[in-house]
Order: sequence, then C-alpha cells, then structure tokens
Amino acid sequence: MQLTRRQSLAIGASAIAALGLSGLPAFASATDDLINEFTGGAEAGAGELSLTAPEIAENGNTVPIEISAPGAVAVAIFADGNPTPPVATVTFGPLNPTHAVSTRIRLAKTQNVVAVAQMEDGSFQMAKSEVKVTIGGCGG
Amino acid sequence: MASGVKPRVKVPKSASAGETVTIKTLISHKMESGQRKDGDGNVIPRSIINRFVVDFNGQNVIDVKLEPAISTNPYFQFDATVPESGAFAFTWYDDDGSVYEDKSEISVG
Repeated sequence: MQLTRRQSLAIGASAIAALGLSGLPAFASATDDLINEFTGGAEAGAGELSLTAPEIAENGNTVPIEISAPGAVAVAIFADGNPTPPVATVTFGPLNPTHAVSTRIRLAKTQNVVAVAQMEDGSFQMAKSEVKVTIGGCGG
Repeated sequence: MASGVKPRVKVPKSASAGETVTIKTLISHKMESGQRKDGDGNVIPRSIINRFVVDFNGQNVIDVKLEPAISTNPYFQFDATVPESGAFAFTWYDDDGSVYEDKSEISVG
C-alpha cells in the first residue's frame, strides 16, 4: 500500500503520542505539563531538531548530551524521571550560526530526555531519547 | 558558595571575517542541586549557577537558563560567527547573586 505524505505524518504523530503515554507516568505528566507551558499548548512535531545522548550512561552525574536545532529560536530540555524535570533552556542569539550546543547533565535514573524547540515561524519541534542510567546522579 | 569558582574558556586567537568558530566553556562550581542531604539528614540548600550568557561586541550568541539538573562544573560547547575583530564576553550568574565574568579577544585578519 502506498502511503501519502499526509498519512505517513499522521502515523508518525500517533507513534510519538504513544511513546509519550508509555514510560514513567508519575513524572511524565509533570514533564508534559512543563512542555505544554513552553509550547503554549501547541502540538510539537518532528523535524530537524536532533538530540544526541548516550544509550547507556554509567554515571548519571555527568551525561553528555548534544542538541542541534537549525532554525530554532530557543530549545528547552527536560528529563522526565528527575525530581525536577527541567534541565536547561537555551536561547540562540543572532551570532549563533549552527544552533547547536553540547553540555553535561544529571539523570536520577533510566528515563527519557526530551528536547522541545521553538522555531522561527512559531511552530514547535520535539526530540526524545531514552538513556539507561547505571548509577543515578541525585546523591540519594 | 562563591569560593573556588574559576571560569575557563577556549576561543581561537584569530579567525577570518564571517568564520564560524567553536567555543568551549567550563566553570568550576559544585552546582548543589537542593536534593542532597548531609550526614544529619538535613537537605543541603540549592546553590547553582542559574544563567549563562555569551555576547560578542554586544550581540548575543547564546543565553542558557540552567536548572539543578546541569552537572557539577557546567560545560558548554557551541558555535559563533565572527564578523569582525572583538571580544567575547562570558557571564555566569550564581544563585547567591555573584556574577562571574570572562573575556576573550579574537582578531580577524
């Protein structure tokens, strides 16, 4: 069966929604609320936004991540299994050509890292990556 | 906590006009998350750097709002366009009100 572009987009969107519903319900809802706050309730689709994170992190205290968001004004990063899900909000200035940033974050346990980008045209994009954490980074 | 905070930045000394350069920054700071407890079970209060801004000759390159989930010794790597000779100004804002600054000159030639 040949899929039209519209159909394949719809399937992609429902797959993302299904991913969002699975995972860690207690914290995921808090993260969803924060994402809604950032997007103003707008739907975040997939796009050129990319989030690079290791599949397995031995030490949750320093997990290297990389965001690349061509055409984005700002990117918010969330970790849905942390006691406080927000990680950072990056705003790109006029002298930033690549809209890419690397940093190191703390992850309390195995969870999803979510990046939401606000594009220049006002739309939103979302990228998600699951990181398996061996030793948590909350000093508990 | 304002002791032992030392910013470090790595910027090329020179570039051609309009070139994209990669900048690496690190500031030594323990980024106390407010989640940890001391030996007596008391919560250690949050003490982090909450904002990091980089400007070049007054024009913004990147502006980051940091949360407790950023690791100890916050590290950032990003790119910047260099239109003319000038200086990058790096500023970190601490929860306790301290402001840490660093500057790095770059010449276009």
